[in-house]
Amino acid sequence: MVIAVAMDSREGDPLPWIEAAKPTYPTLIDREHRLAELYGIVNVPQAVWIDEAGRIVRPAEPAGAYEGFRQMNRTTREMPEEVARRTAQAKTLYLDAIRDWARNGERSAYAFTPEQARAHQPVVTEDAATAQALFRLAQVLIRRGEREEADRWIREASRLHPDSWCIWRQGAGVTDLGLAAQPDFWERVDGLGAKRYYAPVDMPGMP
Amino acid sequence: MVTLLTESGEHEVADAKASTEALWCPANDALEATGWTAKPEGLCKGQICVPLPAGREREFVGDGQINLAAFWRHLGQPAVRSERGDVWVLSESARERQAALASLEAPDFALPDPTGRMHRLSDYRGKKVFLVTWASW
Repeated sequence: MVIAVAMDSREGDPLPWIEAAKPTYPTLIDREHRLAELYGIVNVPQAVWIDEAGRIVRPAEPAGAYEGFRQMNRTTREMPEEVARRTAQAKTLYLDAIRDWARNGERSAYAFTPEQARAHQPVVTEDAATAQALFRLAQVLIRRGEREEADRWIREASRLHPDSWCIWRQGAGVTDLGLAAQPDFWERVDGLGAKRYYAPVDMPGMP
Repeated sequence: MVTLLTESGEHEVADAKASTEALWCPANDALEATGWTAKPEGLCKGQICVPLPAGREREFVGDGQINLAAFWRHLGQPAVRSERGDVWVLSESARERQAALASLEAPDFALPDPTGRMHRLSDYRGKKVFLVTWASW
């Protein structure tokens, strides 16, 4: 089954999206980004595959998301055809893999062995652990109206854990659609250079 | 009054005393919030006991209180506080997180749905779970 978790700290932000989707599975709200802390999640969409015994079959990884958006024209929002094709391919491939695992369990080619799963776990640094604690602290302070102090802690959290787009985008200014896609976001994305926004996914055929 | 956030959630500790480096909590509050308790062997949680540095015990325990901040630093675990000292977060170290992930046991959690009803991952034991994150941002 699917459990979808909104890494949304501002109350009410995820609700219109949930209402529009009318999901048939649990949709949970993670205001303190606990899943990021527990599973080493740094971006959305990222997914973890967990079997019937509660064991991790595929650790946190981008869930069918692809780097292609970086080639999008930011005014027209158009993507080169080849990039659009690869973007769609990444999504289709990932969804097919999930279905294959749902049908075939540990016999699925997409299910990692325990050795592979351990090798694919994200690396958790001490700075990242501190960053997540600071993020939780900031959320409490925001709820108490201590906005300026909270912002200082979120900046520090992002400095300690620069790989976390969850921390950065949650703290960033948003467009009128609620997307953290202001110029500062694009600047930070461009600053990645050759480094990936979405980490590569170890799955045959994944672009 | 200190708001203390730990692995088990958010706790209001009425009689906690915070300074820049210390967070003294009554023993029963410390136990409830963190699971740690003072014994002759040191500070203990479940089957684990951590001896306190010889000659420096009073930095950590005394008068029915535990200095959780000092203990957390001793364990090398994140301990962060608000500027006023009224909100603290005591969390697990990267080493603990990494070890938990290496075990491949999916860490349990409790999060609310839009109606406020809490769901635990362990509620769904017996089914394959595709746990996926998204965000409005």
